[in-house]
Amino acid sequence: MVSVDGAMATDTTAPLAIKAFREMGGVKLANPEWFHLIIDHAAPAPNESIANLHIMMRSFAAETGCHFYEIGSGICHQLMLDHHRVKPGEIFIGADSHTPTYGAVNALACGVGSTDLAAVMVTGKLWLKVPSSIRVNLHGHSLKKGVSAKDIVLEVVKQLTISGATYQSVEYHGELLHYLSLSDRMVLCNMVAEMGAKTGIVSPEGLQLPYNFEPVFADKEAVYTRVLDIDAAKLHPRISIPHSPDDVHDVSDYTGTPVTYGFIGTCTNGRLCDLQSAAAILKNKKIHPGVRLVIAPASRKVLLDAMEDGTLQILIEAGASIINSGCGPCVGTHDGVPGDGEVVISAANRNFKGRMGNPHSEIYLASPATVAASVLNGIITLPN
Amino acid sequence: MYTDNIDTDRIIPGKYTKTLDLSMLAAHVMEDVDPAFASRFKEGDLIVAGDNFGCGSSREQAPLALKTAGVSIVIARFFARIFFRNAINIGLPVLEVPHHSIQMGDEISFNLADGKIVNYTRHEIYQATPLPPVMLNIMHEGGLVPYLKKYKDFILR
Repeated sequence: MVSVDGAMATDTTAPLAIKAFREMGGVKLANPEWFHLIIDHAAPAPNESIANLHIMMRSFAAETGCHFYEIGSGICHQLMLDHHRVKPGEIFIGADSHTPTYGAVNALACGVGSTDLAAVMVTGKLWLKVPSSIRVNLHGHSLKKGVSAKDIVLEVVKQLTISGATYQSVEYHGELLHYLSLSDRMVLCNMVAEMGAKTGIVSPEGLQLPYNFEPVFADKEAVYTRVLDIDAAKLHPRISIPHSPDDVHDVSDYTGTPVTYGFIGTCTNGRLCDLQSAAAILKNKKIHPGVRLVIAPASRKVLLDAMEDGTLQILIEAGASIINSGCGPCVGTHDGVPGDGEVVISAANRNFKGRMGNPHSEIYLASPATVAASVLNGIITLPN
Repeated sequence: MYTDNIDTDRIIPGKYTKTLDLSMLAAHVMEDVDPAFASRFKEGDLIVAGDNFGCGSSREQAPLALKTAGVSIVIARFFARIFFRNAINIGLPVLEVPHHSIQMGDEISFNLADGKIVNYTRHEIYQATPLPPVMLNIMHEGGLVPYLKKYKDFILR
């Protein structure tokens, strides 16, 4: 049994959680100070029934005094980290499968469903089993040109497979950590969800935060069920092919595959550095005729920063469509559903059949740089 | 009978999840994996799957859709973690059975408490991985909502 330090739900999970909270007899939140409601999955509302669920969330937030993030604020995970709602050593429970992203700041964060979250809202506690751990050692002092944290995590997903870390924790170690930014660390932890993991955590070496913190290190005598050694310095750009995130190959094996739709955004790759890496490739160029590029900045702050440094101008001039800060088309609810037979290259985290709203389309997953290079040519292209 | 890695996007696509109308969920359950599901499935039938059933998103709408459609139990070699918790929390029986030879059309019964599954068609008994006591207690009350309504807190013994 753990006492949680923070919890959140989104417009996909909050309505059912609020319903369960009331059915459990809940009136007051265990602690409104650490509870967050975010409208990001289908925002602005694409239809009346979702609009009504959003109203339900707004009135619940007003009634209970919890933190509330209106449409356009950004993606739940980006907001929790940007607003320092989760800190090293804390335990955070989120009603979203990509909650382990907060392992980037050396916290233990687990995704749950709506009823578990309701239990947290009522009691402030949750039962969890202590997971066994898998250790991933990232070797090297730099990455090849065109290679990013996304390519590393796709390699880890390939090695561990879609179920290889089920019920377990994925721990990142190794000398490369000293060279990884907070965004990079978020990418590494984000996609442990695609390995089936309960949580992911990056050892704090090289972690820089704008406040003082007590880092948490793995026990010296810790036992691991599996150890992966990845020579990150030798890694080439990676791509996950339809219809499973663990079907990962070198981008060079798929160059030339025609694409009609590129997407950059999500809790995996919608940050300023991701938009900048796309802009570096698209500067003074136009995306290929017949191809579209949709960009959803991970938060309003990302959008404003990209506006201020000129990144947005470059992307828009290249032909990109900028959509609201939020989950965008990743969840298949709105903002760019692919058509029948279309091939999408996406910087998101899942390419299950039908993920983006159409089971008759195909989704490739890659880094923002690979997405940008591919929409420029209309075919899957290496970013370097 | 389904294969390995049936993800929640295929159990209930994201475009249908933003609702509190459970019958809407049941109407679209499994449609991308098995378009004949709705017409073939009869209340009380069970689902048998391979490894990692329910992987992907945290949407509780996936087990809710199955329960509302009348699924009596989902048997898999193992479940994705969040789906497993969600199913128990909403009172949908699930058991992890590493070895069995259940075939389409077999008649079975199950006991969550001891994890025994009886296959009447083949005259066989299979052993499931026992549910942890906290999950059994939650299932015993019909889910986490009635459990917390009754106990007001988690009771770990």
